[in-house]
Amino acid sequence: MIGKILRWGVYLALTVTSIGGLIYLINQHGQTSMQHSVFIENDENLWTLIKLTVHGVLKGDGLSIIELGILLLIATPLTRVIFSLWAFYKEKDRMYVTITILVLFIITISILTGFGG
Amino acid sequence: MTTLIFTIVLFIGSILAGLLGSLTGLGGGVIIVPLLTYLGVDFHYAIGTALVAVIATSSGSAAAYVKEGVTNLRMGMFLEIATTIGAVFGALLVASRLIPTAVVAILFGIILILSAVNSWRKKAPIEEHVCSKMGKKFKLTGTYPASDGTHIKYGVKNVIGGFFMMMLAGVISGLLGIGAGAMKVIAMDNIMRVPFKVSTTTSNFMIGVTATAGAFIYLQNGYIHPALCMPVMIGVLLGAIAGSKILLQSNTAKLRFGFSIFILLVALDMIYKGWTGQI
Repeated sequence: MIGKILRWGVYLALTVTSIGGLIYLINQHGQTSMQHSVFIENDENLWTLIKLTVHGVLKGDGLSIIELGILLLIATPLTRVIFSLWAFYKEKDRMYVTITILVLFIITISILTGFGG
Repeated sequence: MTTLIFTIVLFIGSILAGLLGSLTGLGGGVIIVPLLTYLGVDFHYAIGTALVAVIATSSGSAAAYVKEGVTNLRMGMFLEIATTIGAVFGALLVASRLIPTAVVAILFGIILILSAVNSWRKKAPIEEHVCSKMGKKFKLTGTYPASDGTHIKYGVKNVIGGFFMMMLAGVISGLLGIGAGAMKVIAMDNIMRVPFKVSTTTSNFMIGVTATAGAFIYLQNGYIHPALCMPVMIGVLLGAIAGSKILLQSNTAKLRFGFSIFILLVALDMIYKGWTGQI
């Protein structure tokens, strides 16, 4: 089951990203040149990022669809941890339920750092 | 360079990086960072993109290992406490800009050299049937299937030492946008005395969650750019799949050695560029 979550998560993310990539490349017409040599810090919390992404996806924007694929990919290991929590609970393994909650808590902290202002 | 040509160059480069990473056992992310840097991409975007590639390749291969029953899921979850704490700390160090980019680049080169040298090391089989008290308390013992169908039992030692080494591996992962797989294997092999088969698969399994903890911080700071991630993520995965097929078919000892020499040269160049302030 855990193997399945990981496999399908990666497949799904890959498919979404590929579709977004094609749309992005077609709409670019290969004309504009890329600028990635200068880093522009872009502080957005996760909630805003998800909202912006959903907005863009609904409009059919290629980059937003790629972003959705990336979000799905990042969510894949997280889903695996949440599923483990349920599996340990079913096994009545209290110690590992606690350990899994602790891991989820640490990941939550990493999400919360974006909401600091 | 137009967007289309840049994307194609990046795509082909990522396929090669995935192939190289899988053949040498170093992982895809480690080669993505220098590749992007050579293409003129800023270091922050490079580590952000590499971390996304790391999640893709590790999740893909972990899926196969979990199915075989070699991965120790409890040990993975237990040590993920350490790696995620480390990753959050490492990613915050980068995001807060406390460490200059040049220092991060030099550190990257050093870690790359350590990983390459580590891949040459001969691995002696570990057979520890005894298990430390801590290991028993946290139920870290396990079995793995042998080639003849029987199950081999193993115990663990030095849980606290392994835990701290894992925390360090997490910091490196969050700081450099890589999986730090080599350091995870050292923590489990050399310190905790876990059999090699179990340590490599369990470390791979942990890389995804460790990288995710760092990725949320990268994401919210704008390090992860979709236009860069798209060709890299797809390319690295394709390369890694091809690499694992080659590994199954042929004896790759010479090939691996050749590639790790190449990686050493890249590492030295990264250190030189960091030192002279070109990054």
